[in-house]
Amino acid sequence: MLETTEAPMTVTHLPQTLEPRNPGMPLEMERVMRVRANRSAIERRAASLPGRRSLKKDFQAAWLARAISCIDLTTLAGDDTPGRVARLCAKAKQPVREDLLAALGLEGLTTGAVCVYHDMIAPAVQALEGSGIPVAAVSTGFPAGLSPFPLRVAEIGESVKAGAREIDIVISRRLVLTGDWEGLYDEMRQFREACGEAHVKAILATGELGTLQNVARASMVCMMAGADFIKTSTGKEGVNATLPVSLVMMRAIREYYEETGYRVGYKPAGGISKAKDALTYLALVKEELGDRWLRPDLFRFGASSLLGDIERQLEHHVTGAYSASWRHAIA
Amino acid sequence: MSVKEIFESMEYGPAPESAAEALSWLADRGNRFGQFIDGAFTAPGAPFESRNPASGDVLATLTQATQADVDAAVSAARAAQGKWEKIGGPARARHLYAIARLVQKHARLFAVLETLDNGKPIRESRDIDIPLVARHFYHHAGHAQLMESEMPGREALGVCGQIIPWNFPLLMLAWKVAPALAMGNTVVLKPAEWTSLTALLFADICRQAGLPKGVVNIVTGDGAVGEMITAAEVDKIAFTGSTEVGRKIREATAGSGKALTLELGGKSPYIVFEDADLDSAVEGLVDAIWFNGGQVCCAGSRLLVQEGIAERFHAKLKARMEKLRIGDPLDKCIDVGAIVDPVQRERIAAMVEGSDGEVFQPGPCPEGCFYPPTLISGLSPASKLMQDEIFGPVLVSTTFRTPSEAVQLADNTRYGLAASVWSENINTALDIAPKLAAGVIWVNGSNMFDAAAPFGGLRESGFGREGGPEGLQAYTRDARKPKALKPIAPFGGDEAEPQPVDRTAKLYIGGKQARPDGGYARAVNDRRGKLIGQAPLANRKDLRNAVEAARGAAAWSSASAHTRAQVIYYIGENLSARAEEFAATLDRMTGARTGASEVEKSVERLFTYAAWADKFDGRIASVPLRGAALAMRAPCGVIGGFCPDAFPLLGLVSLMAPAIAMGNRAILVASEPFPLAATEFYQVLETSDVPGGVVNILTGSHAELAPAMAGHMDIEAVWSFSGADLSAEIERGAAGNLKRSWVNYAQDRDWMRADGEGRAFLEAATEVKTVWIPWGA
Repeated sequence: MLETTEAPMTVTHLPQTLEPRNPGMPLEMERVMRVRANRSAIERRAASLPGRRSLKKDFQAAWLARAISCIDLTTLAGDDTPGRVARLCAKAKQPVREDLLAALGLEGLTTGAVCVYHDMIAPAVQALEGSGIPVAAVSTGFPAGLSPFPLRVAEIGESVKAGAREIDIVISRRLVLTGDWEGLYDEMRQFREACGEAHVKAILATGELGTLQNVARASMVCMMAGADFIKTSTGKEGVNATLPVSLVMMRAIREYYEETGYRVGYKPAGGISKAKDALTYLALVKEELGDRWLRPDLFRFGASSLLGDIERQLEHHVTGAYSASWRHAIA
Repeated sequence: MSVKEIFESMEYGPAPESAAEALSWLADRGNRFGQFIDGAFTAPGAPFESRNPASGDVLATLTQATQADVDAAVSAARAAQGKWEKIGGPARARHLYAIARLVQKHARLFAVLETLDNGKPIRESRDIDIPLVARHFYHHAGHAQLMESEMPGREALGVCGQIIPWNFPLLMLAWKVAPALAMGNTVVLKPAEWTSLTALLFADICRQAGLPKGVVNIVTGDGAVGEMITAAEVDKIAFTGSTEVGRKIREATAGSGKALTLELGGKSPYIVFEDADLDSAVEGLVDAIWFNGGQVCCAGSRLLVQEGIAERFHAKLKARMEKLRIGDPLDKCIDVGAIVDPVQRERIAAMVEGSDGEVFQPGPCPEGCFYPPTLISGLSPASKLMQDEIFGPVLVSTTFRTPSEAVQLADNTRYGLAASVWSENINTALDIAPKLAAGVIWVNGSNMFDAAAPFGGLRESGFGREGGPEGLQAYTRDARKPKALKPIAPFGGDEAEPQPVDRTAKLYIGGKQARPDGGYARAVNDRRGKLIGQAPLANRKDLRNAVEAARGAAAWSSASAHTRAQVIYYIGENLSARAEEFAATLDRMTGARTGASEVEKSVERLFTYAAWADKFDGRIASVPLRGAALAMRAPCGVIGGFCPDAFPLLGLVSLMAPAIAMGNRAILVASEPFPLAATEFYQVLETSDVPGGVVNILTGSHAELAPAMAGHMDIEAVWSFSGADLSAEIERGAAGNLKRSWVNYAQDRDWMRADGEGRAFLEAATEVKTVWIPWGA
């Protein structure tokens, strides 16, 4: 593992501090087309995983805390205001009640990032100042990605200028659905360039890609084009993050790492709201990618309500009594 | 370790399942058990210990059953059987349903006890074994319910002796007990001596379910008890275990008339094509060879990888092996538990030590009765470990170049239990799957089981199926009562009269008339003692030649059913054209006047099987799968048959027609006293487009040919309806390659009526191959 345990809890979670950034590589169609994803076998693996791995007591608590450290605490609503975003940022800085963190010995725990729309970047940056927590912005005509291409590229630049250190872009699904892998590669390349120093997460919108094979290929193309993270969903599709999709994307990441030596991060987003589900995702990461990926620089949950469930589980761990949601601060 | 430290290390930590309930169940019974006979436990006797392989702790003291115990169990089962059968299917269904419910209610107790006793991970006993047990009883409750309406003319066999192995103790019990009980049989079951505890808990469940006394009897002990059951007055033996013991049981029961099903060893191929989803294929291997520590008869233990991807695949596989967690089977986070017993562990270790391949084992492995997941690569088919079953977490591997070479390598084994094929190409997968010599084939998967899908092997993996309606055949019989067969002696005499032109009857081998190797013939006389011809006496070399010819005629097995039907119709047509001549030959030979009606019936029978050729379909089993499990009917291959002495033409046709209709090639030994109809019949075959080698006809002494036929390693099945009492000889000889045998036990069959044809013949002429095809775009 590259990370040292002495690293302060407030270490900035940007990959460049820990890991060489994926520079991308030329599009190699042979590698893209070689990818296979057998749905039934993948679903079997995903279905049996929760029964194969189990976490109890302190281990469960520690893993749940780890999950918190990997959350992109998110608000992506039309009625977001600076006030609302400030509340969210406060929660990101203090995701769990102080007494509980003290009992766990995990003072200073924060979420991985805060994720907002462009207009909310400035209030978020302000609210998080000094915390080291990066602001991520969804971009490129999120969630559908169907606004004019120059505007989508320009949007990235605006967001970076506004202080976002992570940009969650959406790919053009039609490029996948029509098999225009060169088109996807070029689009992703330009998004990456527009991001500059900011890290780019490629949202594949897997719920709209039709097949796991497409998910696997799109993952590979986006990584070749320099994605720092690949991410499942906007949270706005009919189906968002699932274990089978995650398995496919993680295996693509592993394959890319084995061939290039660059670690690309993974972010499942949407639909993960239970502590138990978070543990399953972390176990899947540990099994398929390895321990190195169990850090916020390589793994994030895109989630809004997950934190609340984890807080209640942690209180139960500390006190032995089942908790209630109103005992924990809302965002 | 503090929470903060774990937060950094992200280790899994212990996740133990409590053994308390299971241990107190044992303690409540004094940790000592007798036999379960006639609804009650007997007092404990000669003790042996049942241990937890993971810890070495003694779990309970069990009793080695005595001959008196076995006798008592069989008598109890016998006494209970009549009433159990008579209460009817729906009533039996209620009992089986109650058992299924009780298994579910006590699921965790069963699972924990199984893991304690056997060493398999609690994840497997909890998520796989026990749910499949409940499913098996539910499914068979349904078969009991429907028996009277769906299986007219079938009845229970009676008392079934059942001997099961230690790898899936309760599941194998369920596979044996559920169909037996559903069909109205009663059972005497012996669990393996290393793993009897869940069977004893099951006995308790039977009491709770209110099962009538004596319907289920459980006796414990080692192989000696198994031998007692095999020798006892039972109507059937069902055995799951090693091929070696299976062979002994075949020999021991030969000629006894006891029905027999054997589910034996395997060395199942796991074929990965270059266009497979390699990561999923690697994961599939985890379920194939590291499921239950590889102590699985159908484990995918022989990896065949296409050459171009072999290196990549092995690298992925080794990386996956590093992630397997080995240790305390009661830990919910463990992938590979304990080996069932130190004896078995030593056996595995010794086999691996003797290997000539490159051995890879990820470290570390806990001390004690554990063995690490092992990959031995770089082997060739000639390597011992490519051929011998290891029965442990050891995968051997080699490479192939083409699809046909994959099949060749896969089938290069004495076994034929299961196989996996991995390819994303539907053409490759569906072409290869049915070509494999295996009773169960998984496309893009491994170790899938369900009560509705027949399971069982080919070749030395045994015979008989468990699961689905196909499995019920093994627990029922034709309700018609057979009569004893009256021997027919050939007519003697030495009176000769000049023939217009001398004719020489020959053997018919490979589509050609052949003189007998030995150069001997036997005079055939009519009733008045007049010589009517000479029949060649075939010897073992003629048989050898016939088998070679039949083996060579493999194209017949892949010909379309329509084509086969056309040929059989054509035989009927040509026979009909020569009806009078055949009738006269028959009358002259047998001295009866039934020749004309026999010929007529023979033509009809040919038409019957021509009709059946494209209608004895397989089935799509209703398994819980997005996809299909096809229970296909495949030809056995080469079938040898001894024709009945009576009805010299009809008897021959009655064996030949179902065999070739289903795609087999046949070697038929004609009626011994009346061989000359058969030697005329080959002329009909010659004019009917029957490809050479598909039907081969020998004449001569049944008794002399029987050992050669039964012992021939390249024959898949032997049928005997001979007037000579060959049943014991054939069944004993069949033990050699465990070929299927169907013999008459000196019972007659009414060849002129329905008894002489139909499903029984078609079933004997086919093997059920279950092909699992999961799909998903």
